[in-house]
Amino acid sequence: MTKSILSGNEAIARGAFEAGVLVASAYPGTPSTEILENIVRYPEIDASWAPNEKVALEVAIGASFGGGRAIACMKHVGVNVAADPLFTLSYTGVRGGLVLVVADDPEMHSSQNEQDSRNYAKFAKLPMLEPADSRECKDFTRLAFELSEQFDTPVMLRSCTRISHGKSIVELGERVTGLPAPKLVKDAAKLVMLPGNARVRHPLVEQRITDLTAHGATLDINRMEMRSAKVGVICAGVVYHYVREVLPEASVLKLGMVYPLPHALIREFAARVERLLVIEELDPFIEEQVRAMGIAVSGKEFVPLCGELSPGRLRAALARAGLVTAPPPAEAPAAEPLPPRPPNMCPGCPHRGLFYTLNRLNAYVTGDIGCYTLGFMPPLNAMDTCVCMGAAISNASGIVRVLPPEEQRRVVGVIGDSTFLHTGVNSLMEMAYNKVPTTIVILDNRITAMTGRQENPTSGFTLKGEEAPQVDLADLCRVLGVKHVRTVDPNDLTATRKVMEEEMARPEPSVVITNRPCCLIKDPARFTPGPPLSIDPAACTGCKACLRLGCPAIEWLPDPDGKKGKARIDSLLCNGCTVCRQLCKFDAIN
Amino acid sequence: MNDITNILLVGVGGQGILLASEILAEAFMLAGFDVKKSEIHGMSQRGGSVVSHVRFGHEVPSPTVPEGEGDILFGFELLETYRYLSLLRPGAKVVANDYRIAPPSVLLGQNSYPEDLPARIRKRFPDFLLVDGIALAQEAGDVRAANTALLGAVSRRLQIDAEIWQQALTNMVPAKVLAINRKAFALGSAL
Repeated sequence: MTKSILSGNEAIARGAFEAGVLVASAYPGTPSTEILENIVRYPEIDASWAPNEKVALEVAIGASFGGGRAIACMKHVGVNVAADPLFTLSYTGVRGGLVLVVADDPEMHSSQNEQDSRNYAKFAKLPMLEPADSRECKDFTRLAFELSEQFDTPVMLRSCTRISHGKSIVELGERVTGLPAPKLVKDAAKLVMLPGNARVRHPLVEQRITDLTAHGATLDINRMEMRSAKVGVICAGVVYHYVREVLPEASVLKLGMVYPLPHALIREFAARVERLLVIEELDPFIEEQVRAMGIAVSGKEFVPLCGELSPGRLRAALARAGLVTAPPPAEAPAAEPLPPRPPNMCPGCPHRGLFYTLNRLNAYVTGDIGCYTLGFMPPLNAMDTCVCMGAAISNASGIVRVLPPEEQRRVVGVIGDSTFLHTGVNSLMEMAYNKVPTTIVILDNRITAMTGRQENPTSGFTLKGEEAPQVDLADLCRVLGVKHVRTVDPNDLTATRKVMEEEMARPEPSVVITNRPCCLIKDPARFTPGPPLSIDPAACTGCKACLRLGCPAIEWLPDPDGKKGKARIDSLLCNGCTVCRQLCKFDAIN
Repeated sequence: MNDITNILLVGVGGQGILLASEILAEAFMLAGFDVKKSEIHGMSQRGGSVVSHVRFGHEVPSPTVPEGEGDILFGFELLETYRYLSLLRPGAKVVANDYRIAPPSVLLGQNSYPEDLPARIRKRFPDFLLVDGIALAQEAGDVRAANTALLGAVSRRLQIDAEIWQQALTNMVPAKVLAINRKAFALGSAL
């Protein structure tokens, strides 16, 4: 056996390969992105990016209906987008095995909410597996495909940030062979979900959950580890390892399948321990079901509902429950407040010139999901709302309807190229159709930047790196019905300001497309940095105009008396975008 | 579980912390240990504060280091090194890069970068090594190899054979920059 250290995402990709998957589709989203980026290394799998998660799941459904094994991967909020096909897929069931991987983000390390995806399994009446480390990521992915075909159901595999981006040792296996060859099969009663057919399918869905509840007690991924009879803990996923770390003497019922729960096993475990706890991150998902079984259990009265757990947080919770002594006082934290270090847009980021302009024009900016959400930070302070993918446009469309005309003109929606194609297109169609007088900026940096530079339908390349047709964003906006579509270089502050002033004043729908590529793109044919700039200390008057950009390459160096000072550019960081030079009235930057 | 060694790598997104932690984890696996590792990608890597956890031992449960149980803090930047001292147990070892990256409020002149950090770190953790990673990397031929130079310095504090470190570098570092990284690692481990 070959041993390798794999991240959870790499291990899920490996599991998909070993399971004989033929088709994989996803939209990038932290912490799920690397699953597809690793699946693409296996040439046996047709792996591709979809414009959004709904499309990704539907591609996988199509492949399953054709008889092939298929996987779709997304972050937790992506399931909201894919929920429509998911709920009906539960009724149709599958032909080839289908697994939907969802990566949750407790603590919101890189997300706008921390919804608990386990609720989707119960809501859509699907089995869900939850691995605790990379080895289980691989093994559970393989098992998920077997369960999918055995029980004629899509299976959800739930990861979380600490699993997807944690690494541990995995033994690699071979790809299964001998799976049935895909072919077309007419089966309208199963696959055409009209009311008459769906009414027949729904009882089968309910029976499937009953069957899986019983089957769960026989699966070795649901296992009792009997130690002390004083305390028994039911847990799953990464939390299992925190429990082993902090409460090594406790008996544990480790659940690999978190929905439906193996009732028989839970009753047996509860009978064998004096005190029963459920320890889980986020919602009391398992705890409420155990309590509904009539079993005395505690959990969320001690364990936080918000944020992720850690060994330290679990120790504090268990101290509240009287099960461990209070955590030892950690090394005293620094006495003085330290300057925080939040994330920031990169030096030379093409979004900076646009946000600077919006700040100067006193725009009210409805924003969206991407690197550019960081435009809300000081000193740019140029984003006022951010809800979900695609919402920038429809939020702008809604907000202007309630505003007086002088405030309507201040509203600008800002959205990235990938986010626009994800769900912004529908929103722009609405805005044009209803003749809403607002301005949308599409920040076209030719890549899906935030998640680590994934290709998308505007970038000209596929996940496999093959050349692809490029969506022409300006043409697309025009055919959606927007008459006024202009393109501007966001690194040209004069031109950007002129275009934005004119479009914001226009009492009709309009779109401005900024056209500079992301400065993290490695391919020199698509992006090359300019020569780094520097500030002539003799010419710098210390006016701080350049500091208003918030560029990480520009630093304020105060004089020893602290009253005045000068700006300096770090040449190792500068990408030569020249935006700061345009702000310097003293020609100090060259 | 007392045989577990807990290492924390901290710094600023973009400094090569991920690669350094990958090499560490690979070396521990090659040495026959159980290894787990955890870090955050995404939003926090746009120049934000970054923490990577690497744990090795006979059997490692949690992928994150329990708070207050860090044995070694490997800091790529001084302010971030200082920020995370509270994750360490008393008497832990600290190896830090002698390098400052101003956070946004300092860049804007609203805050000043804390002074005398090396002395303040040493006062709390006497087993402290300050390394000029950038100078070592420049000597090796590329400023971007600062992370492997620092890793070399950390390697001296871990009971892993030299050949295993070399194998881990070979396995994890892209071939075209391997020679420079080997040299940087050697310079760091000579400290």
